[in-house]
Amino acid sequence: MASGIEHVVVIGAGQAGAQAAYSLRQSGFEGALTLLGDEAYPPYQRPPLSKGYLKGELEADRLFLKPGSYYSDNRIDLVTSAAPVRLDLAARRVEFQAGPALGWDRLVIATGARPRMLTLPGAGLDGVLALRTLADVDQLRPYLTTGARLIVIGGGYIGLEAAAAACRLGVSVTLLEAAPQLLGRVTGPEIADFFLRTHRAAGVNVRLNAVIEGFEGTGRVSTVRLAGGERLDCDVVLVGIGVIPNLELAQQAGLACGAGLIVDRAGRTSHPDVFAAGDLVQRPLVHYGRVGRLESVHNAIEGGKIVAASILGLPPPTEEAPWFWSDQFDVKLQTAGLWTGADQRVVRGDLESGRFAVFYLKEGRILAVDAVNAGPEFLVGKRLAALSARLAPSELADVNLSMKEIGARALG
Amino acid sequence: MPKITFIDAAGAQRTVEAKNGMTVMETAVKNNIPGIDADCGGACACATCHVYVKAEYLDRVGKPSAMEQSMLDFAENVKENSRLSCQIKISDDLEGLSVTTPESQH
Ligand SMILES: Cc1cc2nc3c(=O)[nH]c(=O)nc-3n(C[C@H](O)[C@H](O)[C@H](O)COP(=O)(O)OP(=O)(O)OC[C@H]3O[C@@H](n4cnc5c(N)ncnc54)[C@H](O)[C@@H]3O)c2cc1C
Ligand code: FES
Repeated sequence: MASGIEHVVVIGAGQAGAQAAYSLRQSGFEGALTLLGDEAYPPYQRPPLSKGYLKGELEADRLFLKPGSYYSDNRIDLVTSAAPVRLDLAARRVEFQAGPALGWDRLVIATGARPRMLTLPGAGLDGVLALRTLADVDQLRPYLTTGARLIVIGGGYIGLEAAAAACRLGVSVTLLEAAPQLLGRVTGPEIADFFLRTHRAAGVNVRLNAVIEGFEGTGRVSTVRLAGGERLDCDVVLVGIGVIPNLELAQQAGLACGAGLIVDRAGRTSHPDVFAAGDLVQRPLVHYGRVGRLESVHNAIEGGKIVAASILGLPPPTEEAPWFWSDQFDVKLQTAGLWTGADQRVVRGDLESGRFAVFYLKEGRILAVDAVNAGPEFLVGKRLAALSARLAPSELADVNLSMKEIGARALG
Repeated sequence: MPKITFIDAAGAQRTVEAKNGMTVMETAVKNNIPGIDADCGGACACATCHVYVKAEYLDRVGKPSAMEQSMLDFAENVKENSRLSCQIKISDDLEGLSVTTPESQH
């Protein structure tokens, strides 16, 4: 196994890069292993950054994926605050601004993604912030005091979660969404309307169809200007309008890129000894017969495991249907599968009850499920989506049939 | 600080010091205990932190929440004493707690 591989270098010490390193060691890789990250911290989880950690419910050291000793115990050379500037694929080297280059036999690129920022006038003012890293939270949190005014731009999951967390801290929150619906890129109208009602009921001032013209303030942002001349006063602005994959290193090296760094099912890029995983990659979505770029913990973990198996020549793990969760107020949303292309939506349960699920079907087969405080619908739905199971909408909607029975019928 | 024993599916035991307020899952991760994946990091969203709680501690760890129970209902290899370890908070009450990890988390 893995004969002749003396050194694996992983660039990007986030969820995907760290998983690749953990899995390499777990699967018995004995060679040298370097994990290069440009952040000041060892690998940590991002989901709490817009949830419990933003609310101050947990300490930073509870975010770390592994204790510090893990890396030395497992001979993983973790380098923080390291920023490779160039890849030389022919010479199999990673180059830095200063210091010697690093040679590799196999390279893993897991540089993730960064927040998309606005290019509007005043967007560079202090207090116009984004939320991706621990350092970002450290900038944002001091503003979130009782009575402070936060304007969140973008009604995606991160914006909504941050709005909910800030609201719980007693912050007065306005959320501006450009589209006529929240969560437009990721889910259907039932879930979007549910979250709109939940946020409004909790006191978040959600404004749809909002067109922002710019930001004003002397040094620090104090006003958001809307089209039509309306001006909203604020103490801080959080921009959550999506991410851009960190493709620069890969592009400069000449690796094939599309919507992300292109990998095959084995996590291999257009160079046979260079692999990639996480938010950065465009990968085959095996349950859907197409390719795409995903942004989730599951995608990062699964990708990291696949890459490690490929490097070592081991059988890869079976791909699950993509899944994701979001916590806002007392609502836990769990979603499995990808709903794009659905021609039918089936609601199971009562939309008003705060516990229901929406199944997304195409030509009678299950593509995806969004489960609101509904664990069984999520867990069974995840297996149904992975199999593109065919189910009668009337059965799915029948709450007198348990998910166990529904699962048994479809999965046999 | 209570001591917790993790037993793997093959029977190997490891006893570690836990910290009050942390969860059993976090204690496992901090101590490099294999057999607990905890993919969602404790959000009660993934059911990959499944453990079996030793019978005499079942009362003391308390009842699973409705959400946890529904996740357990559909996890693999669930038994009477199954719990999601990210939902068990450590306190002095749990001194000597012993949990067994399943053969696989999937
Ligand atoms: C606030 C927030 C909340 C989220 N909530 C959820 C959730 O509830 N559920 C869910 O499933 N997903 C959630 N996600 C998404 C999830 O965290 C990401 O999909 C996941 O972290 C992607 O992992 P990754 O390793 O690809 O990228 P990252 O975790 O971003 O890691 C990439 C790392 O590479 C570093 N890097 C970049 N360029 C270089 C370079 N040239 N040299 C060295 N290092 C470099 C970056 O700084 C970063 O540390 C959330 C994300 C955020 C930001
Ligand atoms: S860690 Fe995911 S449910 Fe416990």
